[in-house]
Amino acid sequence: MTEQAYNFAYLDEQTKRMIRRAILKGVAVPGYQVPFASREMPMPYGWGTGGVQVTAACLTPGDRLKVIDQGADDTTNAVSIRSFFSRTAGVAVTEATAEATLIQTRHRIPEHPLTEDQILVYQVPIPEPLRFLEPREPETRKMHSLEEYGLMHVKLYEDIARHGAIATSYDYPVKVEGRYVMDPSPIPKFDNPKLSGCPALQLFGAGREQRIYALPPYTRVDSLDFDDHPFDPSKADHDCDLCGAGDSYLDEVIIDDAGGRMFVCSDTDFCRSRRAAGHAGRLGTPAGEAA
Amino acid sequence: MASALTAETLGGGFDDAPIQSARAFRAALDAMARPGRIQVIGGAVPPAPLSVAAGTLLLTLADGTTPVHLAGDADCDALRGWITFHTAAPLVPAEAAVFAVGRWTDLLPLARFATGTPEYPDRAATLIVEMPVLEAKGSVLAGPGIRDRARLTLPDPDAFRANHALFPLGFDAFLTCGSRVAGLPRSTRVEDV
Ligand SMILES: [Zn+2]
Repeated sequence: MTEQAYNFAYLDEQTKRMIRRAILKGVAVPGYQVPFASREMPMPYGWGTGGVQVTAACLTPGDRLKVIDQGADDTTNAVSIRSFFSRTAGVAVTEATAEATLIQTRHRIPEHPLTEDQILVYQVPIPEPLRFLEPREPETRKMHSLEEYGLMHVKLYEDIARHGAIATSYDYPVKVEGRYVMDPSPIPKFDNPKLSGCPALQLFGAGREQRIYALPPYTRVDSLDFDDHPFDPSKADHDCDLCGAGDSYLDEVIIDDAGGRMFVCSDTDFCRSRRAAGHAGRLGTPAGEAA
Repeated sequence: MASALTAETLGGGFDDAPIQSARAFRAALDAMARPGRIQVIGGAVPPAPLSVAAGTLLLTLADGTTPVHLAGDADCDALRGWITFHTAAPLVPAEAAVFAVGRWTDLLPLARFATGTPEYPDRAATLIVEMPVLEAKGSVLAGPGIRDRARLTLPDPDAFRANHALFPLGFDAFLTCGSRVAGLPRSTRVEDV
């Protein structure tokens, strides 16, 4: 049931129109950060108010919403956002990636391949990939307009000189259709290849920094690299201990006082689905058998 | 300048703006995100000569902060009154427009429309081009939002090639016909046949 004290999806119509116009311009100029007038939301900034506003502007009553936080559907953040839209927009919710029409995410791209019928909305803390090189907004705007991305390459190359490899393991910068350098939000670089050629529309919202940007479906997205040091998404050298997946992004979990560890899929829906289908890892049992 | 508040002016808006504008925006977003793919959009019933698609786009996206240019036949009393009443958008010459609506020939010359600035390419006009036919055939499109190639009836392929050459500057367009809409952002390449 929609709670009638709120407008549909909480935001007033004028605010949604302003956000919708910004989204359309973001789609028209892939990777470019469109300014928008971010609104106060009934949750702290750290909870992804930019993503929440983009989601609010995109939702229709027929949508089925999934919300993930670092791959998990059941964190406080994910549960709160899901129930917020369930109440203010009356939309159906799901934890199954394949059943969702709109997925709001914090710091992960689902393992299950996305489709043309889905929108992925990212919560973004710092949208400007050049910010740590140049704190002044007018300067970074000028650098983007002139495609002055040399400093970014210098920073990455210093990593190689110092560590023998690019040390950045998440928030790894990308170039969109050979034009704009873009911050993919703090997803692990393991997820970067999924940004490119994705059949789903990808939208990015930064609330505190008041920016919206977009990757239309099938947009080419290249992780920055060098001929002698090609991009490496760095898959961990383990399979999931619960479902046995060898191709998913893993979290390391401490399981006992003796320092025992296990590696499990960060994407909880993916791991659960695999176990339900009978797959098992080193420490896991397929669904239906006693653990 | 204000026309009398006739039934035509007062009518034809959204009955349930939050829901209808949400559905209309999704259609517009799908259109702009997948150039060449035709979407159905509706909810508004504007006075002639505006199409349902063009009228619905304006009610969904325009308001008092977005100047609108009515070109050619679209610049009539009935539409001026309707758009003013339902959106409060200021009606302006082409040069000041955030949205412009009309037939292709009435929108020319295109050089009048804002194409953004190098630091703010988003400050560019969106054209709503009323088409006599809108079908997924004709010019070959490629670029973001298109898996391989798409086809779309364009009023003037060369004009869209010239616009794409300005990228990341340039205008963006919705092509409308009846209740159908297709998007043509500046990022789309129109290939030589
Ligand atoms: Zn697993």
